[in-house]
Amino acid sequence: MKYIEEFHDPALARKLLDDIRATVTRPWALMEVCGGQTHSIIRHGIDQLLPDGLELIHGPGCPVCVTPLEMIDKALEIASRPGVIFCSFGDMLRVPGTGRDLFRVRGQGGDVRVVYSPLDALDLAHRNPDREVVFFGIGFETTAPANAMAVREARRRGLANFSMLVSHVRVPPAIEAIMESPKCRVQGFLAAGHVCSVMGTGEYPELAARYRVPVVVTGFEPLDILEGVRRAVRQLERGEHQVENAYPRAVRDDGNPAALRVIEEVFEVTDRSWRGIGTIPGSGWRLAPGYRDLDAEHRFAVTGLHTREPARCRSGEVLQGLLKPHECEAFGTDCTPRSPLGATMVSSEGACAAYYLYRRLGGPVRAAREEATRRG
Amino acid sequence: MCLAVPGKVVETVERDGDAPMARVDFGGVVKDVCLAYVPDAVPGDYVIVHVGFAIQQLDQESARASLRLFAELGLLEEEFGDAWERAAAESGEAAVR
Repeated sequence: MKYIEEFHDPALARKLLDDIRATVTRPWALMEVCGGQTHSIIRHGIDQLLPDGLELIHGPGCPVCVTPLEMIDKALEIASRPGVIFCSFGDMLRVPGTGRDLFRVRGQGGDVRVVYSPLDALDLAHRNPDREVVFFGIGFETTAPANAMAVREARRRGLANFSMLVSHVRVPPAIEAIMESPKCRVQGFLAAGHVCSVMGTGEYPELAARYRVPVVVTGFEPLDILEGVRRAVRQLERGEHQVENAYPRAVRDDGNPAALRVIEEVFEVTDRSWRGIGTIPGSGWRLAPGYRDLDAEHRFAVTGLHTREPARCRSGEVLQGLLKPHECEAFGTDCTPRSPLGATMVSSEGACAAYYLYRRLGGPVRAAREEATRRG
Repeated sequence: MCLAVPGKVVETVERDGDAPMARVDFGGVVKDVCLAYVPDAVPGDYVIVHVGFAIQQLDQESARASLRLFAELGLLEEEFGDAWERAAAESGEAAVR
């Protein structure tokens, strides 16, 4: 596909890698914020091509992974009710709640539908006036324009049977939380390109200055990632900490003003709990007071939830970049995509899923396999 | 979820009062996409699409400029660098000096 294939060119990748090798004189640790970038890095083996000592730490930018367990359990409860059509992006189906997931709820008779766009949920509401249609509105800033437009359109079209279960999250407060952690090793950020396509780059200069870290807005194809890394290490070697845009084909400094206006109208900033991490102040969006009647949390009183996170799941540490997936004792043994302990093992952006999918085995799994081989 | 893909606008569809839509071609797969946030896009333009919404117009000149920049990296190295090291790297064997 045009504008994808060109950014996979091996000859150009080699030039970028050579430049990175020529620039780096000592170890550095960069965090790629977005789970889509993590998948690209692991799938193409980019981290293994980088010079020794240049480490990529995987960030928390996987929206289904950070959606709090309580919200998942609420979704499962609402989706189980008769008369409800529960719509979700496909990514959410196998994210484990307490004891079950949306996939299983459907098997038990719940009317769970996968939609490509939140507008599809509006059409379902229009065609099923006697049913309550609930859309699971999760995502980072990238998804906010779509979800905000769905809410606005529901109001405009008078779809009284539509509501949204909102669990939106924002990147900059998460960067702040990561940098404030005493265990933080991150020296520079590859910021999430498509988040910035919407938001622009204006939120980052203050963070770059306060924490003295370069922030390089980075795309998702292999050459994009390498260019993000190249620019970040160039800054680090020079002792700089600027915001740079290494993804100009998709990111303008002022973002998408039309989208920002609708987000501003429909959402308001709120504190949000991140699964495995905890509450981060100001890190989420919820529906603004003028749209509160479309909030599924208000429409469906869900009480009596008893959330229970598997004790052995260490996805919180993975999401904060404190642990690599294969360093977890359960990785690939007690935790697999078939039987996941945490959301990071099933999402198309989860770091554990990336390591599993692309067979990046090590630690306990490799040891177990070698042991099995020895025994014959 | 943050994955967004570039596609080419094939045709735009205006419906009275409704959000503007377009048919967008992703290398052979054609989908309906909401153009409300990229209202200036016309057929032939590329847009970045996420969950059925164009979130940004793809700046084709920037894309070409990035590729040119990558191609030019290492030109100085080729001009002044160590030809033996390059030949060794290309051949996969160690250079004999």
